[in-house]
Amino acid sequence: MAICSVSWLHCKMTKRDESIPEEVIELKQKAVILNSRDNVATSLANLKAGDTLELEVGGETRAIKLTTDVPFGHKFSLSRIEPDSPVIKYGEVIGIATVIIEPGDYVHIHNVVSTRGRGDLSGGVK
Amino acid sequence: MSFLGYRRQNGSVGARNYIGIISTVGCANDVTWRISQQVKGSIPFIHGQGCAQTQPDLDIVTRTLISLGWNPNLAGALLVSLGCESVSADKIAQGIAESGKPVEKIVIQKVGGVTSAVAQGSVLAQAMTIEASRIEREAFPESELVVGVKCGASDSTSGLLSNPATGAACDLVIDNGGTCIFGETTEFMGAEHILARRAATPQVANKIMDIVARMERRATAMGFDMRGGQPTGGNIAGGLTTIEEKSLGAIAKGGTKTIKGVYEYGERPQGKGLFIVDSPGRELEFLTVLAAAGVQVIIFSTGLGASPGFPFVPVIAVTGNPITYERLTDHLDVFVELTEEAATGIARAGKALYQEALAVASGKQTKAETMGYGNFPNIFTIGPVI
Repeated sequence: MAICSVSWLHCKMTKRDESIPEEVIELKQKAVILNSRDNVATSLANLKAGDTLELEVGGETRAIKLTTDVPFGHKFSLSRIEPDSPVIKYGEVIGIATVIIEPGDYVHIHNVVSTRGRGDLSGGVK
Repeated sequence: MSFLGYRRQNGSVGARNYIGIISTVGCANDVTWRISQQVKGSIPFIHGQGCAQTQPDLDIVTRTLISLGWNPNLAGALLVSLGCESVSADKIAQGIAESGKPVEKIVIQKVGGVTSAVAQGSVLAQAMTIEASRIEREAFPESELVVGVKCGASDSTSGLLSNPATGAACDLVIDNGGTCIFGETTEFMGAEHILARRAATPQVANKIMDIVARMERRATAMGFDMRGGQPTGGNIAGGLTTIEEKSLGAIAKGGTKTIKGVYEYGERPQGKGLFIVDSPGRELEFLTVLAAAGVQVIIFSTGLGASPGFPFVPVIAVTGNPITYERLTDHLDVFVELTEEAATGIARAGKALYQEALAVASGKQTKAETMGYGNFPNIFTIGPVI
């Protein structure tokens, strides 16, 4: 069984043996950008509104201040995204913005729609 | 390096050595189940299909049951038929027998009902398991390894960690001359162009695009936004916003190698290398299609903790979500550590997963196996029950 010895995830690790310290381990990095073309980042902690993250965007380090809470594993914007514009993660389009998304905004189903499997738009087959 | 497996007459190599008790139709499930509970060394395959369906679906069920019988983890098969179902039990028996394995059949309506069928079926299965028990494990090269990969109950950690680690293991299988099989066509939507670039031929690339378009037409035909069904409510709670985002993370588990072929549901890929089988990603149907494709072992990547096994194929559950790993220790076999150097961590986890696949192929039990978790699979069908 492969078990982590130390994780940089912000989580409480249960003590499994003496070599594993039982403590909350603080992340050095609180979020990850997967591709230089991305306009969203993925959080690696339960981030709070007002948190400022130092992130490398397009070769330069930028400070992004969160406008809302962003849970672990969820996304926030790195730049202003206009309505009907693509939201990009992994360097690929993951959906379309439905409203103006400002830098630091939480990005999820309330402001992004899919362009695939949209039977509601095509009307389906009767 | 090598692993210890069971040699089959047709040249395939098993990681387990069961006699499959296989229902030809849902109405035979209870008898199938009781025989399997009666006879040690036998294993049931029960499902809800096989009758009152249109011909395309009956063809899928027939070829899937035949291919399951060919799976190298089975030393032989006992078919349990009701007697009046739409699929032909004789045709299925004949198809499995072509693998060179022993095949028996019991028909409930002919032998006089449930009690007789369970009694006679158990006697048949008992003789088959005793015969199978004489086969000993022997060493085979790693090139005989056939691994299936799957993700389920995905969250953001799946695309970041456990899927790439699974993909790294899949690449190692291919590098060592073996075979890796993936699919979950719905979860190619939005990422199919990336897979098509890895196709061995333009025909394979076109087939990848075609199976995704076909699956999307089935989904949109219902007249609803797919979101909520795909991605699931759990995926959304885990941070996945759209099917495109889910797909881009999901395809990582298929590694980076050339895709040699695309097969229909229930078909058996020919040759070695990386293949796609067309199927939606739901566990019940997808684990079945992997077993039908002939995999010995399945690596199952999860974020939130779905890790059902399959009756006769061991499933190795892997997660990169530390909270899930802590909470579901009795489900999960491998944890992928997120390290400062993500690429190094994933490569290391891929090696660990590959080693685990070899160990499990040689007989090491997975957690799902020891729990007997995964007895109720199904077969994918495309049309209505009529």
